Amino acid sequence: MFKSLKITCDQATTICDKNQYGEATLLEKLKLNIHFIRCKICFKYTKQNMTLTKIYKGHANSCKDLKHCLSDEDKVALKQELDKIKA
Amino acid sequence: MAQEQVVLNTDKWIDNYADYMYNYAVVRVNNSDLAKDLVQDTFFAGLKSAKNFQGKSTERTWLVSILKRKIIDYYRKINSKKGQAEVRMNFYDDGENEGNWIEERVPQSWDNQSEKSIENQELRSQLESCIDALPEKYGMVFRMKTIQEFETEEICKELDITASNLWVIIHRARTQLRKCMEDNWFNS
Repeated sequence: MFKSLKITCDQATTICDKNQYGEATLLEKLKLNIHFIRCKICFKYTKQNMTLTKIYKGHANSCKDLKHCLSDEDKVALKQELDKIKA
Repeated sequence: MAQEQVVLNTDKWIDNYADYMYNYAVVRVNNSDLAKDLVQDTFFAGLKSAKNFQGKSTERTWLVSILKRKIIDYYRKINSKKGQAEVRMNFYDDGENEGNWIEERVPQSWDNQSEKSIENQELRSQLESCIDALPEKYGMVFRMKTIQEFETEEICKELDITASNLWVIIHRARTQLRKCMEDNWFNS
């Protein structure tokens, strides 16, 4: 029964990454915490991962408001291309 | 010449939809030239199949559905570029150490891990260059999930991948990114 709770570091960090988005299941979180008992490396990874998540979040907030638009030249060029096709 | 056939107002396409579609594409592929090409291809495809437009949806929805198709095609293309895209893994992938940390890739302690550095412009440009260094498909999925904050389900649908597939990609992107930030920011 306990064997099914044992996971590798690769799997543990996968769960940890998933958990950064709040999408890990309860069973996955349990497996992760059991893994921490014997693995300090993954524990460190998790702590650093939270720092990274904050950085990504800050970056996301400043990127999301950005609206990308085509320049007028691009639009004119695009129109010409389309007209060629229509003709 | 049937009167009931829905006519598309193709002359107005660029004025009405080009910006919306370009923005739609650029947040997904993160490359302005590529996004322009995708938008242009979409308009071409739209013109060619204009007679199939049945007016069941709006013009814009119809055009976006073509654009989505183009983005999936693009994702498939970068996904099938094997070898060149493969990352240096952080874990042993076979043998008795399978799934364990590869020794020289083990997370190191970070020196300048101060809270206030999070708003730093320099940090952000370092982060951007680390994301750009990821294999294209990892970068694309990572950006959609983390920077654009799309729902998992939406990304899976748009790129035609499974959720577990997505999490493996996110995991690989994040471990790779962590290493890049460790080498170039925290411990540089």
